[in-house]
Amino acid sequence: MEAQSRVPGPLLSGSPPSGAAARAPPPPACPQELDLDDDEEDLEVFSKVRPGPGQPRAPRAPRPGPAGLEPDTSLTEANSFSPLIPTSPSSMINQYKFEDEPELRDLFITVDDPESHITAIETFITYRVVTKTSRGEFDSSEYEVRRRYQDFLWLKSRLEESHPTLIIPPLPEKFIMKGMVERFNDEFIETRRKALHKFLNRIAEHPTLTFNEDFKIFLTAQAWELSSHKKQGPGLFSRVGQTMRAVASSVRGGGVKSRPDMFTDIHDYMEIFNEKIHLLDKISQRIYKEERGYYCELKEYGPIHTLWCASEEGLVDSLKGVASCIDKCYKATEKRMAGLSENLLPILHEYVLYNEVLTGVLKRRDQIQAELDSKVDALSNKKAEKDLLTEEIGNLEDKVECANNALKADWDRWKQNMQHDMKTAFLNMAENNIHYYEQCLATWESFLTSQTVDLHLEEGSEDKP
Amino acid sequence: MERPEGEQRGASGSGPAGEAEAGSGPVLEEPGSGATDTTMEDCLSKKIEITVSEAEKRTGRNAMNIQETYTAYLIETRAVESQTEGQCSPPDSLWRRYSEFELLRNYLLVNYPHIVVPPLPEKRAEFVWHKLSADNMDPDFVERRRIGLENFLVRVASHPIICQDNIFYSFLTQEGGWKEMVNETGFQLKADSRLKALNATFRVKNPDKRFTELKHYSDELQSVISHLLRVRARVADRLYGVYKVHGNYGRVFSEWSAIEKEMGDGLQSAGHHMDVYAASIDDILEEEEHYADQLKEYLFYAEALRAVCRKHELMQYDLEMAVQDLASKKQQCEELATGTVRTFSLKGMTSKLFGQETPEQREGKIKVLEEQIHEGEEQLKSKNVEGREFVKSAWADIERFKEQKNHDLKEALINYAVMQISMCKKGIQVWTNAKECFSKM
Repeated sequence: MEAQSRVPGPLLSGSPPSGAAARAPPPPACPQELDLDDDEEDLEVFSKVRPGPGQPRAPRAPRPGPAGLEPDTSLTEANSFSPLIPTSPSSMINQYKFEDEPELRDLFITVDDPESHITAIETFITYRVVTKTSRGEFDSSEYEVRRRYQDFLWLKSRLEESHPTLIIPPLPEKFIMKGMVERFNDEFIETRRKALHKFLNRIAEHPTLTFNEDFKIFLTAQAWELSSHKKQGPGLFSRVGQTMRAVASSVRGGGVKSRPDMFTDIHDYMEIFNEKIHLLDKISQRIYKEERGYYCELKEYGPIHTLWCASEEGLVDSLKGVASCIDKCYKATEKRMAGLSENLLPILHEYVLYNEVLTGVLKRRDQIQAELDSKVDALSNKKAEKDLLTEEIGNLEDKVECANNALKADWDRWKQNMQHDMKTAFLNMAENNIHYYEQCLATWESFLTSQTVDLHLEEGSEDKP
Repeated sequence: MERPEGEQRGASGSGPAGEAEAGSGPVLEEPGSGATDTTMEDCLSKKIEITVSEAEKRTGRNAMNIQETYTAYLIETRAVESQTEGQCSPPDSLWRRYSEFELLRNYLLVNYPHIVVPPLPEKRAEFVWHKLSADNMDPDFVERRRIGLENFLVRVASHPIICQDNIFYSFLTQEGGWKEMVNETGFQLKADSRLKALNATFRVKNPDKRFTELKHYSDELQSVISHLLRVRARVADRLYGVYKVHGNYGRVFSEWSAIEKEMGDGLQSAGHHMDVYAASIDDILEEEEHYADQLKEYLFYAEALRAVCRKHELMQYDLEMAVQDLASKKQQCEELATGTVRTFSLKGMTSKLFGQETPEQREGKIKVLEEQIHEGEEQLKSKNVEGREFVKSAWADIERFKEQKNHDLKEALINYAVMQISMCKKGIQVWTNAKECFSKM
């Protein structure tokens, strides 16, 4: 595995910005930690120190020191990811290539071991999050922490704040689906655990999000550390403010009016995609249910044949044979079901949840644009504060451009991932079914062979009519 | 149609031709047939081909002059030899309805109580799963019944004994007046009352152990096949669900492919295969229904077995009663002759109280009793013979039945395996095609 050395903060002013440098080895401050892979020679190198080619000029935003971690989200958003998002096509290709090669990953996360905690006030589940990494900015190479769903929610909202036009992976549903009696039944917990695992890994694989500071804290901080860190964040209100502004601007119609076609296309695509993915999710869940019913009935079906043996001497072999075949088939069905629940169902459901994410991202982009548009309008009306407005507009124009670029790049990445995920999931489903039928075929064929051998023996000894 | 005699031919007609054993023992004198030894070669099924080829909906007025709808079945018979000689002579045919089949079978049950009489297909659809209709007029049900009726006729024709019955022959060949002919035989009067049979079941002291075992066996057979059929229906229901829901993929993939540039083709073609998959279950389950019918036949055969057992119990009980009656008469006779009263009797008491009979009276009574005893002894002798012969021929038929059952059920199980194999192969085919489409996404 490729050891990626990350340069710890001390060389720069303050700790590294959230989502610092793209996934490429930076020129090391500590030369002995460098370990460049040969393949990566041609990767565009983006670092904190020197900007790579082809990216927009971006003033370095002053980051607060380690103590206070309150980034000024309104102005520094654009800055915090401008050096990060590659906008030239070749760099994008390299980025994908980078992501496709798992050996180059340097961050491995697992979510497991759900545990129930009962306090006087509430009952909740915590999950164990294990992180293994070779990155320099992590003090240790292995971390184990326990997190509850609330903590994941916090992380997601922090990421959304820091990167309003990046596609943050979805979390599993907050509330229990109707029809479940117990709040925490095993199946629900397992489904949630798998989704949380996916969530963290998606972040880890994201070229920008993977370096987010809150993400790092989430993975490494002890419970009390996390609590105190959480309290320092901008909190609920700024997020509410953001969302409200986004809603307001879309109500005003500002964002939608001057929205570039590309984003309207994305919006239209998502409408249909969402509908279809919803249906596929429902269909697949239903298939799982039917398969489970089939499995249960088959389980009862086989033994009846064995029972029948007791009263039929002449048919014992045949009946036992059939019983054994049916038993093997129900076990094969069990495997087929497991395949569905491991692969297809979680993926489809995740993409159902992505709809909300993408809707939010589009809205926030619109809102950023709306801010610009309103200032432009203001400029054409108020001649007086022209200079100030012009400067503000300049900043906002940068902001919009960065937002658009960020979203565009992330959208392309998302689409690529989606295609890959869907293809993999459906291929897997097809393979599962083929394997299932092959297993059943083998068992029935061997039964048939054994029977026809017997039959020929019998016929040989009977008088022919 | 003349009753053809001829060379042996292979058994024709669909459904198992019932490999009857050669030489099944002496045949009791049966009404309506010649008392001949019959071997398999002489079975009617070898000489004529019987098919129930069509079913037709009819309306008519029934016995109570009420309009009703029913289904009539076309029975075709054709001499086997006429076919092999290269002539395709048109078959003789006539129409019968289910109730006439029932009449025929009841006639056979009464007149051949020692025979395990083949059962009819079910009167009403049972063990249905959700897609199957329980409606007697449903075309699928009618079709399966048609096959079942043909099977019934072939089984009867393949049975060395009952195939010779004239009423059966007339059923196949004589359209009009058959019902009257059957009723004229008066078989309904000969039928043992259910009550009598039930009584015998409870009170018989020494039935042949084999029949007792057979009764247990038939109960078990009925119970296990019912259970099997019930669960099979549920399995079919679920399997239907699995396949059919996949059909939805086809539609959604197609709609989704409209917005996807790279994935569109793969999705679209995969969707087509999902449709194929979903559609394939209809044929698969229809075939399986025939398997279920094969099992059902043996479910109903269990009842036929029990009927033979009941007859034996009845005869045995009758015998035991006759023995008891004879013994009591003999005892009475002895008491009268010797003047001793061994057992308490009201008559004895009254005679004690009201005076003895005259010697003439006593002589008279003894004479009557002696005659009765003589008669009783003769009857007992013939009853014994009857009983022994019944047991012998019934048991011979039961052995024949057992062989047939083992053969048929084994074949049915093999057919079931063949069906499963076919279903698996189709599944592999479809999913391999789908996989290829997915890989092009």
